[in-house]
Amino acid sequence: MSPHDVRHHLAELSPQLDARISDHFEDVVIEVGSANLLQTASELLELGFDRLGMVTAVDTGDDFEMVYRVTSRSLSCSAFVKTRVGRIEPRVASLCPVWPAANWQEREVWDLFGIHFTGHPDMRRILLPEEWPGWPLRKDYDDPNVIRRPDYI
Amino acid sequence: MAIVDNIGTALSGSGGSVILTSVDKLVDWSRGQSLWAFPMGTACCAMELIAASFNKFDFDRLGTFPRPDPRHTDVMILAGTITEKMKPAVKLLYDQMPEPKWVVAMGNCTVSGGIFYYDTYSVVRGADTFLPIDVYIAGCPPRPESLQDGIIQLRELVREESIAPGKRHERKTLLPRKGEGAGDAL
Repeated sequence: MSPHDVRHHLAELSPQLDARISDHFEDVVIEVGSANLLQTASELLELGFDRLGMVTAVDTGDDFEMVYRVTSRSLSCSAFVKTRVGRIEPRVASLCPVWPAANWQEREVWDLFGIHFTGHPDMRRILLPEEWPGWPLRKDYDDPNVIRRPDYI
Repeated sequence: MAIVDNIGTALSGSGGSVILTSVDKLVDWSRGQSLWAFPMGTACCAMELIAASFNKFDFDRLGTFPRPDPRHTDVMILAGTITEKMKPAVKLLYDQMPEPKWVVAMGNCTVSGGIFYYDTYSVVRGADTFLPIDVYIAGCPPRPESLQDGIIQLRELVREESIAPGKRHERKTLLPRKGEGAGDAL
């Protein structure tokens, strides 16, 4: 299957998953609603995307955007999966059942953005101490212990 | 407690200053000759620390021997950024070292937080907020020569110290702490 066929196959799947397919240089970008995320992931795995390289989130100000980057060694191509979650008590399905590599990366997103992953086997903080208040990578995070850099430096 | 510490207590109690001075000098000299170091490498400074132990710089020739076990060592070399999460582990390892023990802060991060001093939520601003530091070595990272110089200065310090209680040198922190003036203005 060539990268062209992969795009074709994904385009066929998109109405079923309610997904929007676009291109970003060499990569395919698949934007789905958070309800269809797990199914999209399963379809991608079936297609041959067997390696989850990155899980991260973006604080857009209004909501969070989850970004997953998956690659396929057999198809020699990679794809981004994006989904949006609301700001108040954000929840999204865990992709651990599909790609076990998501485990620690989702814990990191939980640690720094406070996005809860339903169905995750071990939803704990990973980098910060357990009792840490707040989610440091959110735009509205404020820590009284942080010393702000003065203007003259 | 080591047997030499008991000698120190016993002799200083009975007023045996002449004997004590001689024993003192011998013990302190021998302590200074062989400082076994515990390499507490938490970040990039550990690379320089590793380089210092190998053939080009070779700290063994100065009697400083790296030993990755806190229970066998008497100097802890803190090399690298210490995060809030790592802090309890560093403290635990320090507590496991037998007395007498010394601590070397290697690199800007362990001295004051370094480039992570401002605008960072997760980094400890200086190891001297929770450990007594004897020697500070600045640099990002310091060259092995700087570390060597720091170890030599520590050896001088160890040689001057007495086994008699109450004669240990005083440790001072470098930067003003919260509520001590200058730090508050920032």
